[in-house]
Amino acid sequence: MSGILKSSIARKVVMALSGLFLVLFLLQHFLINFTSVFSATTFNEVSHFMGSNFFVQFLLQPILILGVIIHFVLGFVLEYNNRKARVKKYVRFNGSANSTWMSRNMIWTGLVVLAFLVLHFYDFWFPEIIHKYIQVHPEDPTRYYGETVAKFTDPVRTLLYVISFIFLSLHLLHGFSSSFQSVGWHEKFYKGMRGATVAFSILIPLGFIFIAVYHYFNQV
Amino acid sequence: MNLTLKIWRQKDANAKGGIVTYQLGGVEPDMSFLEMLDVLNQDLIDKGEEPVVFDHDCREGICGTCSLQINGEPHGPDRLITTCQLHMRMFKDGDTIVIEPFRAKAFPVIKDLIVDRSSFERIQQAGGYVSVNTSGNTQDANAILVPKDKADTAFDAATCIGCGACVAACKNASAMLFTSAKVSQLALLPQGEVEADRRVLAMVEQMDKEGFGNCTNTGACEIECPKGISLENIARMNREYLRASTK
Ligand code: HEM
Ligand code: SF4
Ligand code: FES
Repeated sequence: MSGILKSSIARKVVMALSGLFLVLFLLQHFLINFTSVFSATTFNEVSHFMGSNFFVQFLLQPILILGVIIHFVLGFVLEYNNRKARVKKYVRFNGSANSTWMSRNMIWTGLVVLAFLVLHFYDFWFPEIIHKYIQVHPEDPTRYYGETVAKFTDPVRTLLYVISFIFLSLHLLHGFSSSFQSVGWHEKFYKGMRGATVAFSILIPLGFIFIAVYHYFNQV
Repeated sequence: MNLTLKIWRQKDANAKGGIVTYQLGGVEPDMSFLEMLDVLNQDLIDKGEEPVVFDHDCREGICGTCSLQINGEPHGPDRLITTCQLHMRMFKDGDTIVIEPFRAKAFPVIKDLIVDRSSFERIQQAGGYVSVNTSGNTQDANAILVPKDKADTAFDAATCIGCGACVAACKNASAMLFTSAKVSQLALLPQGEVEADRRVLAMVEQMDKEGFGNCTNTGACEIECPKGISLENIARMNREYLRASTK
């Protein structure tokens, strides 16, 4: 593993694959969360399945956490190497003349997403783990909807979620199409790729924002 | 035109260096950027000062020697040109122009605006060649048929003049556009197939060793490249690299 990761291109490809994997996860997560807008019962059923299925809990979940860790650790390595590659900075650097803001600030949008993940784990993941594996409560398959929705009574939390999704969108606006280039698929040969990644990068975070804001206004 | 020039001056590789401001009058819009610097240098010489040292050779956009980061962009604000092809009509009377050397750890400054780009040569030497039978029975190159589209794409890659603007423009000082052009021009042709795997592995390894940064697909290189070398070449090199390293 560390052998192939000595090469800049190999690291890029692992970065891209882990990013694409996270994009897939994001879609899955969105689809499940979205059920909470129209059916508490469906949301409870799916959440109960995800929360109690052995395969999901002990295979998919660790893979996902590993994927996130690989992705942001490689992101830090990338950023560190790239800073080292230009020790003496330009007095004047006109980045906006030839590249997008998103492409130049992946580390910052990524860091905001990482900070969000910490908050998100504090909000949902740790309480789940404590509930299920430490306090070992008997499973109540109808608890998920109420627990989730209750989190969005807090305007500060709702606002933090909204801001984080905006940064996620900015991260994906560059990252999603960039990952195809990294694995060798130039957009010239995959017509519609750019459009599809841009649509995804705006619509999915917007959807998450909608869910958070919906629950906030639904109970106030 | 009257201009304020803010130029990086550095006595030698080890000096600290810094920006020095010059006022320059009598600049014609039809002058090239290098001719404008020639005028400044004549002024400096007349005053008994040390002229500004900068790289140039052909002055017609084919050799890639002229460099310069002008107002934050390699080769200045115009597109698909080198600095020797940049004209002063791109600027306005009274403008302030910041002129710096290309900056990258792998392009150390030698003096003033001249940087050492021999790291590019070492990347090329690591694998940018084809083996030719020199036993006396050398096959005529035209005997190997090449599809027209392949030949065109290879030629486009081969128009890279090794100027280093891609590295200078890149926020990561990455040399992926240059290296991928040099890999592609051979990888696309039957003559280049023999060493294809070895070539891409060796050239990428050398590129990493020289201390260039890693690509994050910002696309700045493609936009600033005087020859319009496409990012498609980077995608191709990534494919070549993956294929070669998984064999
Ligand atoms: C759900 C969360 C995330 C998703 C879906 C995601 C997605 C992506 C994708 C698809 C890429 C493009 C990969 C490539 O071009 O090779 C990428 C790149 C990157 N990500 Fe993330 N990412 C996420 C979280 C993070 C986090 C937490 C960080 C941590 C700081 C981060 C930092 C970076 C960096 C530095 C890059 C490289 C920039 C580039 O290659 O252009 N990402 N991300
Ligand atoms: S790829 Fe373009 S910018 Fe880079 S060295 Fe070649 S000609 Fe110059
Ligand atoms: S001096 Fe030859 S390209 Fe500018």
